[in-house]
Amino acid sequence: MSETYTLYNQTVMDHFMNPRNMGDLPDADGVGEVGAAACGDIMKISLKIQDGKITDARFKTFGCGSAIASSSMATELIKGRTVEEALNFSNQEVVDALGGLPPVKIHCSVLAEEALKAALEDYLKKHPEVAAKVQQKEAEKAATPETANA
Amino acid sequence: MRRVYLDHLSATPLLPEAFEAMKPYFIEAFGNASSLHQYGLQVRDAIARARSQLAALINAPSAEDIIFTSDGTESANLAIKGVAYANQRRGNHLVVSEIEHPSVLNSVEFLEKQGFTCTRVKVDGEGMVNPEDVRAAITDKTILVAVHHVNHDIGTIEPIREIGRICAEKGVPFYVDAEASAGWLPIDVQQMGASLLSFSPHKFYGPKGVGVLYRNKKARLVSILHGGVQEGGRRSGTENVPAIVGAGVAAEVALRELNQRFAHTSRLQKKLWEGLKANVPYIKLNGPEPGPRRAPHTLNISTEFIEGEGQLLMCDLNGIAVASGSSCVSKSLKISHVLAAIGLDHALAQGNIIMSLGKDTTDEDIDYVVEKFSKVVVPKLRNMSPMWDEFQRGIIDSVISPTGRGRSFTEHAAAVSGKPAH
Repeated sequence: MSETYTLYNQTVMDHFMNPRNMGDLPDADGVGEVGAAACGDIMKISLKIQDGKITDARFKTFGCGSAIASSSMATELIKGRTVEEALNFSNQEVVDALGGLPPVKIHCSVLAEEALKAALEDYLKKHPEVAAKVQQKEAEKAATPETANA
Repeated sequence: MRRVYLDHLSATPLLPEAFEAMKPYFIEAFGNASSLHQYGLQVRDAIARARSQLAALINAPSAEDIIFTSDGTESANLAIKGVAYANQRRGNHLVVSEIEHPSVLNSVEFLEKQGFTCTRVKVDGEGMVNPEDVRAAITDKTILVAVHHVNHDIGTIEPIREIGRICAEKGVPFYVDAEASAGWLPIDVQQMGASLLSFSPHKFYGPKGVGVLYRNKKARLVSILHGGVQEGGRRSGTENVPAIVGAGVAAEVALRELNQRFAHTSRLQKKLWEGLKANVPYIKLNGPEPGPRRAPHTLNISTEFIEGEGQLLMCDLNGIAVASGSSCVSKSLKISHVLAAIGLDHALAQGNIIMSLGKDTTDEDIDYVVEKFSKVVVPKLRNMSPMWDEFQRGIIDSVISPTGRGRSFTEHAAAVSGKPAH
């Protein structure tokens, strides 16, 4: 065979072979570990948060190629975002940034979103003052007609 | 990069002599075997020769007992449904092992929706069927027993002769799926007491697109494909002549080289497992140890703390082609039903791969696989795995070599996912 065939697209394969931000953060501000009931994969995301912004992110994943690529991509996308922005993160961003996943593997990107949100929850639990601020902002947003979904 | 193909249970390369024998039947000898002129008679002869070659591989009493189908799935469907429908006035009960191939289990499930009933006989931790369990499952309504010769996932060789004797005693037809053994283990349908037996030439260096079903004349069978009277009315449809010719040659060579292939693959199988066991900590063989109870050419291993599809992909990137029974590989997101049936811990089933060797696998290939698997594939994936790290820190324990520290992987997975693993 002279040509190389790949199970996933080139972006997914690249993130599987050369994962970004793989590892742990020893002084993490928030850590989330979640498992997929569907297949048994497990994902862990660690976050460093300073002044309400995610300054660093790491992942570790027990799972298939697309699960590893999804967690790698999620950590790339999330860096630099505020906690509020990160709380609105959607798995679709991961799917889009990876250039698509096979339908049966979409749940891998959902797992990445869940791991991220679990890490954020862990952070908010340790920082109730930030949690209160986030809640207040959400409430304000909901009360403002201009920003509500028309 | 070296390329090592270790998926011979999925497909094998076509033998050059089989390919040569097939060639005239595409353009020159293109006739339809049902035609009565020179073109038809010529291919009819070729099919008859192949029938004898395939009958010889399994010591069938007569070449007329060989039915050509399109593949193993069709053979299994014909054997199960064909015997069930032919005997439905006598009874409606079938007995199968719970670890049969999906083509058998799903055919049975189809029949159950039509009023047939089935007993699925359990297996032990190595995938072995107890013949006495088969005896106990047979009732006066039983019209078919189906147990495979070798399991396609874990390589277990079933006690076919004992089961065959019980079926003969009870007067129940016995179907043996020999897809994972034909061409690798000696098969004698008469000694086995098999009324029906199926196999696929592409698993032993023949072409794809042809399947074989042996049927003893005493076993009643009705066709499930309706049309012309090809294959004695048992299987309608134009014969795939080139594939049938290639299958015949592959069977003849397989029979001639059987001992040699067996000795070669069983030696390398042992070497591969010994090499992996010595170099990869927390690894487990599923199914019997290499030896008389295991097919000579296949290993099913679970490597703890890493997932099977990741291992498969990482092997492939290093030139090594393997299969896996992990849920991530299956389209249904379920672990292999065979691994579930032998009671394998979910974490180990998830970390499973299957390596199947062939007649051309070399010692150097095995050295390369052991080296790459132990030094690249496993460390790279374990380094990425939160489970490996948590095992080092005593949060979770090993299933293979428990240390007594931490909870089990399965408990941990259930806790973090909020649901028990299936």
